[in-house]
Amino acid sequence: MRNQSVKNNIDWISVFIYIALVTLGWLNIYSSSLLSTDGTYQKQLIFICCTIPLIFVVLFVDGKFYEKYASIIFGVSLLSLAGLFLFGKTIAGQRCWYAIGSFTLQPSEFAKAATSLALAKYLSDTQINLKETNRQIQALAIMLLPVMLILPQPDPGSALIYSAFILVLYREGLPSWYVWTAFITIVLFMLTLILEPYVVIIIAFVVLAIIHFKGRAVDRNIILSAILLVLISGFVLSVDYVFDNVFKQHHRDRFNILLGKSVDMKGIGYNTNQSEIAIGSGGWIGKGFLEGTQTKGGFVPEQHTDYIFTTVGEEWGFAGSFVVILLFTGLLLRVIYLAERQKTKFSRVYGYCVAGILFIHFFVNIAMVIGIFPTIGVPLPFFSYGGSGLWGFTILLFIFLKMDANKVNEW
Amino acid sequence: MRKVLLPTIIIIAASLLVIRIFYLQIIDDSFKLKSENNAIKKVYDYPERGYIYDRYGKLLVANQASYDIMVIPREIKKDLNVGEFCALLNITVEDYNKRIAKATVYSPRLPSVFLSQLNKNEFAAFQEKIRKYEGFYFQKRSLRDYEVDYGANIFGFITQVNEKLIAKNPYYNSGDLIGKQGVEESYEEILRGIKGVKYIQKDKYNREIGAYKEGKYDTIAVAGEDINLTIDSELQKYGEELMINKRGGIVAIEPKSGEILALVTAPSYDPGILVGRQRSKNYTLLYHDSIAKPLYDRGLLAEYPPGSPFKILTGLIALQEGVINEQTTFMCYHGFSYGGGRFMKCHGFGPHQLHNGIYNSCNTYFGQAYMLTINKYNNPGKAVDVWSDHVKSFGLGQFMGYDLPTGKRGNIPTSKTYKRIYPNGGWRSSTIVSNAIGQGEVLMTPIQLANMMATVANQGYYYTPHIIKKIESEKIDPKFTTKHVTTIDQKYFPPVISGLFDVYNKGTAYALRVEGIDICGKTGTAENYAKINGKREKLKDHSIFVAFAPKDNPKIAIAVMIENGGFGATVAGPIASLMIEKYLRKKITRTDLEVRVLNKSLAAEYAKLGGMTDALKIESVPKDSVLQAKIVKPKVPAAAAAAKTEVKKTAVDTTKKN
Repeated sequence: MRNQSVKNNIDWISVFIYIALVTLGWLNIYSSSLLSTDGTYQKQLIFICCTIPLIFVVLFVDGKFYEKYASIIFGVSLLSLAGLFLFGKTIAGQRCWYAIGSFTLQPSEFAKAATSLALAKYLSDTQINLKETNRQIQALAIMLLPVMLILPQPDPGSALIYSAFILVLYREGLPSWYVWTAFITIVLFMLTLILEPYVVIIIAFVVLAIIHFKGRAVDRNIILSAILLVLISGFVLSVDYVFDNVFKQHHRDRFNILLGKSVDMKGIGYNTNQSEIAIGSGGWIGKGFLEGTQTKGGFVPEQHTDYIFTTVGEEWGFAGSFVVILLFTGLLLRVIYLAERQKTKFSRVYGYCVAGILFIHFFVNIAMVIGIFPTIGVPLPFFSYGGSGLWGFTILLFIFLKMDANKVNEW
Repeated sequence: MRKVLLPTIIIIAASLLVIRIFYLQIIDDSFKLKSENNAIKKVYDYPERGYIYDRYGKLLVANQASYDIMVIPREIKKDLNVGEFCALLNITVEDYNKRIAKATVYSPRLPSVFLSQLNKNEFAAFQEKIRKYEGFYFQKRSLRDYEVDYGANIFGFITQVNEKLIAKNPYYNSGDLIGKQGVEESYEEILRGIKGVKYIQKDKYNREIGAYKEGKYDTIAVAGEDINLTIDSELQKYGEELMINKRGGIVAIEPKSGEILALVTAPSYDPGILVGRQRSKNYTLLYHDSIAKPLYDRGLLAEYPPGSPFKILTGLIALQEGVINEQTTFMCYHGFSYGGGRFMKCHGFGPHQLHNGIYNSCNTYFGQAYMLTINKYNNPGKAVDVWSDHVKSFGLGQFMGYDLPTGKRGNIPTSKTYKRIYPNGGWRSSTIVSNAIGQGEVLMTPIQLANMMATVANQGYYYTPHIIKKIESEKIDPKFTTKHVTTIDQKYFPPVISGLFDVYNKGTAYALRVEGIDICGKTGTAENYAKINGKREKLKDHSIFVAFAPKDNPKIAIAVMIENGGFGATVAGPIASLMIEKYLRKKITRTDLEVRVLNKSLAAEYAKLGGMTDALKIESVPKDSVLQAKIVKPKVPAAAAAAKTEVKKTAVDTTKKN
């Protein structure tokens, strides 16, 4: 069986993109932390070296192992999240880490892969039909269990990532109104913050009226349209209320920066303002490696972690930013392509989970850095500083590459 | 097609990111500039602030060098000997830690002020060793050095610009100094000059590597200009000494030019206390004293019904309107009845013409004259407007446009005023007769009173009062050399002036005559009320006196207002007489009056208003006053325990004499 060699079957395109992203990531961490004395880039180099044995372990485990033990892996992962409440270490107000000496580990970074395995396992049962409400609830429960454990840490950024699974479920037959509801909810939420609530309600009324009268006469259901309008109005008014009365000031500030409402640029608006300056000053080809004045001046806080993309923007300019976005997009589309050609439902669903999770990270992180998304702590996969994150994403991706390399054996 | 949703979303999202990045990096170039702001250091060269001189060229305000110790927290060496460092700067180690922590919070890698405003002596010891302390350096600044211990209200003070102003005026940066109040504020741009800027390029290690673009954009500092004030510093100093233990204001104007000779407010403070390391502590004390209000310029801001001095205008307007002449006689029966059985009281009795009406300050005479003026027109509204226009031609009821940053309009009623008070009409001359004697709706500030006297002295014109005499290289504002002519014909002034002259010869100010100087004056009192323990109570009247001298060719017009001083001739009158003699003769012959005024303390009266606050604890005692010896400690009733700070101030006065 000559095809069984992982070396011959692994998708080298994905591997090359992975190596490119990790390398670029380290170069930018090096640049942004050159002046710091904490040994940031040295540590990241060690983390990167550690991924090599990790990748080998992931690739040489038997291909059936992941499917067989998906539930156990998921269970262990949930336990590790729950254990944080007892043994976790609090850093900057968040209880998300296990500390072993000076070394810290963030279990939520690994939970993403575990949840993906569990969801894939659940959906791979041929009996499962997502048109059934019961099944929908069970699938959503798998997705929401880790969210329940992560939200109170509090780590809303990591929790947000799990919304990626909605897209996976849709691919596997979840009724489309879930996606539409999620989409419309987000649009209404943003509109309500920008416009007055009654304006949004009037817009909703006009849109509903147009849909109602443009639609085929048979489909017209005045009662349904009316209920929709009432639901939308209720939602808009409650968002307005929650924003003003339930949100804390720092939550409101994060949205207000984004919506361009006046915010103190030296206080809460500082991060976004400085990262926009750094990126904006890059121009076409940037200031050159290690030449970023914003980067050197240390003006962007958290630059080597969540704001690492600012270094790309400043030192490599539009060209560099474009290449990075292209690499990510290429990897995502490649993973989806690979997922679609899987022979088992298990590995297809898992592939979709990988693509969804990487996509949400990629989009939310860069969108936040360039000021089109609220400030939420989400790392840029393979780029941002941090061992747990890097290893979590590496495991996530390479489990899938292993499944893909193994597919020829699964007749 | 469920398969295409995720790829579609990915492509749309990636395009969105690319578009936004394209916008940030290529289309909107404002970020390049902002980034250069970060990477190019601007170093400012602050020119020396202009000096301030008095009208005779005496130096009042100069500058002194001062030093700020700056720190860049991350550059401090770990082996810094903190104990030795703190000993040199005379601070405690806790204080050191607190200041470093504060600087670190601001920014570990940007400089912030560690210790500000050290004087030469404090700095000298530290200067020799500063090289040893990496991370610390100093910044030289120029601070005000006050050559005199008076005139605080005239000078104002220097302070750091606030965020609001920085946002509004691009000239100022955080940490810059700016003049506040007084001439420091009104002549800020002339005094401060223009700061120079050097642009310094920083390399990627944040080190300075020389001038940006060979200094193409650098500018050279333009020095501030010196100014001369119209103030007579001796007169100003004397006025402040006379006001010790009193509250109120004195404004003296040279009628021929509108130049302000003295602008006194009491209580005041030594301008020197708002310089140096004690500045903010002292300022807080002054600022929070809401009762004595040492930062409140009473000469410019205190609005009161002027009382009797206003009769001068009532008389002039009645003459101008032709409703009386010099011979017109009104009988006074300790007052007179007017409309509906109401009675205006007067202290006089018998027939009064204009002349004795003025020097006896007869309410009956001016009440009747005013009613005739109003009744001349069929419509009281029109009449009041005619009267109001006459009054306003003396610069009253409006901001006068002088060159000090604070002021009040005062109030001169018009027909609109009464339409508001009596919306159903039905008011007539008898309703508003109190205006005749400077009560009712009429309000004036001391500087308006002084300007009114200057106008009378000039027989019908005035120049806008101003405090600027000369600017080094500029002409003063032409509005200060523009004559304002009143609506009263010049011929009506001499009879009124002769009446004012006899106030000193026969009337209420007889005891205040100064041998050899012909003074024309008028006493006044202003009723006032205060809420004490929640009850509205009438307090002792404010004492008012206005005067000008000499009668022919007047050189000084003056208004004195003393809060709760009682009848005009008791406190305000003597002060006005002494000020006039001081200005015209440069010495005092009425030493009896002088001693009486210096020893007069109204502390007991003010104690009724509530506790004196901490501000007066600041020792702001005149340093070199020859008059100190004449001040005798006043007796303060036991009830006035609350006035103890005021007493303390006096106690210091007396100890100084030894």
